[in-house]
Amino acid sequence: MSELTLTAIRLGLLALLWAFIFSIVSVLRGDLYGTHVVSKSSDRRGAPAAPARPAKPVRRGPTRLAIIEGPMRGGSLPLTENGVLIGRNPECTLVLSDDFASGRHARIYSGGDSWMIDDLGSTNGTFVGGERIGQGMPLSEGSRVRIGQTVLEVRK
Amino acid sequence: MKTKIAAPKTRRNTELVLLVVAVAIVLVAYANVGLAVNESLPVDFFTLGGGFAVVAFAFHLVLRWKASYADPVLLPIVTLLNGLGLVMIHRIDLAPGSPDAAPKQLMWTAVAAIAAVALLFFVPDHRRLRRYTFIFGLTGFVLLLTPLLPGIGRNINGSRVWIAVGGFSFQPSEIAKILITIFFASYLVQTRDALSLVGRRVLGLPLPRARDMGPILIAWIASLGVLVFESDLGTSLLFFGLFVGMLYVATERRSWIIIGLGLFLVGAYVAYLLFAHFQERVSLWLDPFQPGMSDQIAKGLMGMAAGGMFGTGLGQGHPELTYFANSDFIIPSFGEEIGLVGLCAILVLYGLLVERGLRAGVASRDGFGKLLATGLAFSMALQVFVVVGGVTRVIPLTGLTTPFLSAGGSSLLANWVIVALLLRISDHARRPTTENEGRPENLGTDDTQIVNVK
Repeated sequence: MSELTLTAIRLGLLALLWAFIFSIVSVLRGDLYGTHVVSKSSDRRGAPAAPARPAKPVRRGPTRLAIIEGPMRGGSLPLTENGVLIGRNPECTLVLSDDFASGRHARIYSGGDSWMIDDLGSTNGTFVGGERIGQGMPLSEGSRVRIGQTVLEVRK
Repeated sequence: MKTKIAAPKTRRNTELVLLVVAVAIVLVAYANVGLAVNESLPVDFFTLGGGFAVVAFAFHLVLRWKASYADPVLLPIVTLLNGLGLVMIHRIDLAPGSPDAAPKQLMWTAVAAIAAVALLFFVPDHRRLRRYTFIFGLTGFVLLLTPLLPGIGRNINGSRVWIAVGGFSFQPSEIAKILITIFFASYLVQTRDALSLVGRRVLGLPLPRARDMGPILIAWIASLGVLVFESDLGTSLLFFGLFVGMLYVATERRSWIIIGLGLFLVGAYVAYLLFAHFQERVSLWLDPFQPGMSDQIAKGLMGMAAGGMFGTGLGQGHPELTYFANSDFIIPSFGEEIGLVGLCAILVLYGLLVERGLRAGVASRDGFGKLLATGLAFSMALQVFVVVGGVTRVIPLTGLTTPFLSAGGSSLLANWVIVALLLRISDHARRPTTENEGRPENLGTDDTQIVNVK
């Protein structure tokens, strides 16, 4: 085996290794530039799909619940058509590890044109804008929901 | 129209492409060894290479089936690291007078991958592991102590971290690491509120309350026990560091890190004063070229120096001159044959692996999953740091295995299981929430249940 071939393979191997690393990094670029890029592009992809189903009313309401206070501060979760169940029970969409939250504490669901929130009979209550709520309270963008130590904000 | 967030892609095809590249790199490296040493392709190029590829692609298919939203880069990275380890072990086997470790390692790769697949099958949701918190904790600590038992414990190379049963030796601390991480994660999720309470301030540093110091002291004593009775600084550092790291992540209190580091330094200094073999390690760290002492570190350093920037090329250096060139010193072996550029690539691969683990923790929606993923990723990072730091004289050399690279079945098995857990957590984190819930529409009509309150 000639020296030249071996050198070529040797350097080729190093080049391949680094090419592999760069392809991984390009797969992960969402991590590098933050998740905003991803959510924007998915919005854009969602927009042309809207006229395709004219039967249903188009809602341009809030899409996200941001956690702005409490142990999970900084996180957020999408508002989905199936509703978001919040509580201590591990089955919940948003699991709170908070002694002031009930197992199934509150539910956010889509009610016609806006998002609604139900308190599911919690012990310590669900508060929207400082007031304890019962069932069927509508939420708008910027509403703040407090459950135990956690505060959620409805965002676009 | 539903304001539907575009469903997250499973990204399994991305994984497949990356996996093909990873396997290709391993095959090129294997061919390179054969061409350089024997001037021909290795005779078993297609059987061994094919066997390795089958293991990797079978794992990929299982992921498509059982964890379709799992992180797409974990498996390719792990495949590449494991494959490069196999190639290097095989290459050291070729040197005269070396044992035949590569076929055994390939067998262990298959066993480890099967164990990881089994875990993906039997643990459809990582939160189930919380049910067995104390069983895992107890088993972990017992496993950690088994090498001390007379009869099955073995003292190999000055450290008593092995057990041998029927001609079959195993390092139980590797498995114990996983069990104890699960235990820590579950325990800290329950107790972190109390542990993050602030007591007195000393020099502007908010210290935890004295009564909350119990767990960290127990972990400290346990790790000192490992240090003293099993004389293994690496394992001891790994366990204590893991506990302190997870405590910090769980409570967000920097004071735990400072307390933990302080305790560790005190323990290590006392051990240094008391035990001759620690003094030997430290003096070799400060001056590896002393005459009349072990020249292992020195040989590793000379090997890496011989490799230079681009390395001698696989099969063209002499990494076999260092003792344990295929296990503890596999990093210098790589440094010699693929050079600084290649070694950096390996370190970046570890960095990406750890980053994906932490990322799974960030994305996970439950506290247990967050802590478990973070703990597993952190333990891997710490282990790589201890190993690479040891052979490059950043810290005194301690005997830990390099994840996925080193020859050794227990380490390989444990690390594949760790990756399976990370895959499971990332799958759970990225899966759209609607698939996680049962029947959310009927919640309002569900019966009221009695819930046990702690």
